[in-house]
Amino acid sequence: MCTLELKNLRKAYGNIEVIKGIDLTINDREFVVFVGPSGCGKSTLLRMIAGLEEITGGDLLIDGVRVNDVPPDKRGLAMVFQSYALYPHMTVADNMAFALRLAGVPKAERDARVQVAAKTLQLDALLDRKPANLSGGQRQRVAIGRAIVRQPKAFLFDEPLSNLDAALRVQTRIEIAKLHNDLQSTMIYVTHDQIEAMTLADRIVVFNAGHIEQVGTPLELYHNPANLFVAGFIGSPKMNLIGAEVESSNGQSSTLRLEGGSPFTVPTALGQGEKVTVGIRPEHIAVTDQGTISGRVEVIEHLGNETIAYASIGGAEPLTVKLPSASTVQLGETLHFAPRGHAALFNQAGQAIALPRG
Amino acid sequence: MRASPLQKLIIAILGWGAALLMFFPVAWMVLTSFKTEINAIHSPPLLIFHPTLANYGHVIHLGDYIGALTNSVVISVGATILGLIIGIPAAYAMAFFPNRWTKDLMLWMLSTKMMPAVGVLMPIYLLCQRSGLLDTQTGLILVMMLSNLPIIVWMLYTFFKEIPGDIIEASRMDGAGPLAQLRVVLLPLAGPGIASTALLSIILSWNEAFWSINLTATNAAPLTAFIATFSAPEGLFWAKLSAASTLAVAPILIFGWATQRQLVRGLTFGAVK
Ligand SMILES: Nc1ncnc2c1ncn2[C@@H]1O[C@H](COP(=O)(O)OP(=O)(O)O)[C@@H](O)[C@H]1O
Ligand SMILES: [Mg+2]
Repeated sequence: MCTLELKNLRKAYGNIEVIKGIDLTINDREFVVFVGPSGCGKSTLLRMIAGLEEITGGDLLIDGVRVNDVPPDKRGLAMVFQSYALYPHMTVADNMAFALRLAGVPKAERDARVQVAAKTLQLDALLDRKPANLSGGQRQRVAIGRAIVRQPKAFLFDEPLSNLDAALRVQTRIEIAKLHNDLQSTMIYVTHDQIEAMTLADRIVVFNAGHIEQVGTPLELYHNPANLFVAGFIGSPKMNLIGAEVESSNGQSSTLRLEGGSPFTVPTALGQGEKVTVGIRPEHIAVTDQGTISGRVEVIEHLGNETIAYASIGGAEPLTVKLPSASTVQLGETLHFAPRGHAALFNQAGQAIALPRG
Repeated sequence: MRASPLQKLIIAILGWGAALLMFFPVAWMVLTSFKTEINAIHSPPLLIFHPTLANYGHVIHLGDYIGALTNSVVISVGATILGLIIGIPAAYAMAFFPNRWTKDLMLWMLSTKMMPAVGVLMPIYLLCQRSGLLDTQTGLILVMMLSNLPIIVWMLYTFFKEIPGDIIEASRMDGAGPLAQLRVVLLPLAGPGIASTALLSIILSWNEAFWSINLTATNAAPLTAFIATFSAPEGLFWAKLSAASTLAVAPILIFGWATQRQLVRGLTFGAVK
């Protein structure tokens, strides 16, 4: 059982506030991912939860008990560091048993718990090695094993995959997902990589400059970004965000003029002359003769499973379009594009304007 | 950066030149210790002569070599152990729990080494006198420890700084309090650094002459004070002085040579990555 409540949590270094009042509840057994650009304060917040960083203001509650002033080891949380942070002079087994040894757990039980964790993580054959004699992936597994052995209330991960190569990153990501299923414990996972966030999370918390931009399931964030920041951050390739001005509006729909000149219709009433931003995901664009947005293809990327085309529509940014790999689009060709269903609309303040689902 | 053969040659010549330059006085001292007093002041200096052990016999006979040697060992080791006991927690706090005064504090500590020792001779002398520590091993241990402490703390601080903070934090998450962190994580990881700090402190204390000469008479006089007794009122006896000096530095030279790997490793720790 582990529920975490963050109530108006703040952190300042001197006069500089880096965490600006975070309100968040993390439910029991939930896998929550903190995502955001680097420097936005994810690690700081995680370390405040861990107890490694003092809390400047607000309350942190674990299972309803305020723990602001409880030392890290008494909070019952385990942390996995990006640098692995293994004890270099101890064997894998000793690394994993260290917390139990400090807690005075008898040797027999220590060994048994290390064995179980080692089996789960396929570390059985490595128990007598020193960290220096392990690969990066193995070190990361030991770091995770060290956390598991403690049977913590919740796991905290700080960018645990950043130091691994691409292939290993995917593999370890899957292992972490499996681990969450097996252990059924609360996990908080920090990353700057939105793909890791999308694949692992029950719920994603998007951070920017020390505050929360949006909280939601991966699909909620994907389909209904609350603002321009989230729209641009979640999804790959990035959502097309095109500046536009309202030309005319009747009761139910408005006609916009996109940057670059193409006309565009949205199913909502807007004020004439209002400046908005239209968001269309590259995978939600169809090439069709009826399309109102016309653009000239400038770059084509063949990825094998799909093809990405970048078309100039007259504005500063090219329109990114995801096409099937069989597409025969040619460089220099002028095409007509239309959104398929989902287009998002943001007001001048960058907040989403609700559109009727269609 | 790759050096050309010519560059390598120049570097080698410079290196050997510097080494010889530093070694020359020591070699000359040892050589002189085997000369008669007449030969020792011969001009031009003699390279070929009949060696004699008479100086050594004289020095050991005249002075209390064993007593001075014992004092040197007790004082340098004592000052080092005490210095580490105080220096390790201090450096630990400064490296891992710095606040905005830490940097200033460290500079202030170092600045005490920039002042000539003679500047505080009177107060220290009087303090030792009033507390009955003049010419005692304890008194010299205390003074020696205090004079080396800034260097001990600075060295330990750099070694501790080399240890990744994540490892310390991981141990905090694992339930290690300050003492357990020191014992189980910090000391094993900084072991080589602590060892070379200790070695340097022993060597510095061994060769320290100012306080030894000024604060001791007979009971606690270490080897440096022992040497000084041979530049006595009757005038300088170069050969005997050389013999005494050779006897005084021989133990620490052997000690330094035996531990040189450790010393070099520790002193270049962090400098080469
Ligand atoms: N000890 C510190 N003193 C001052 N500023 C800090 C300190 N630690 C972190 N910061 C600042 O806090 C902000 C958030 O850092 P961090 O939590 O590491 O970001 P993230 O993990 O999202 O990349 C950064 O702007 C960083 O410069
Ligand atoms: Mg970070």
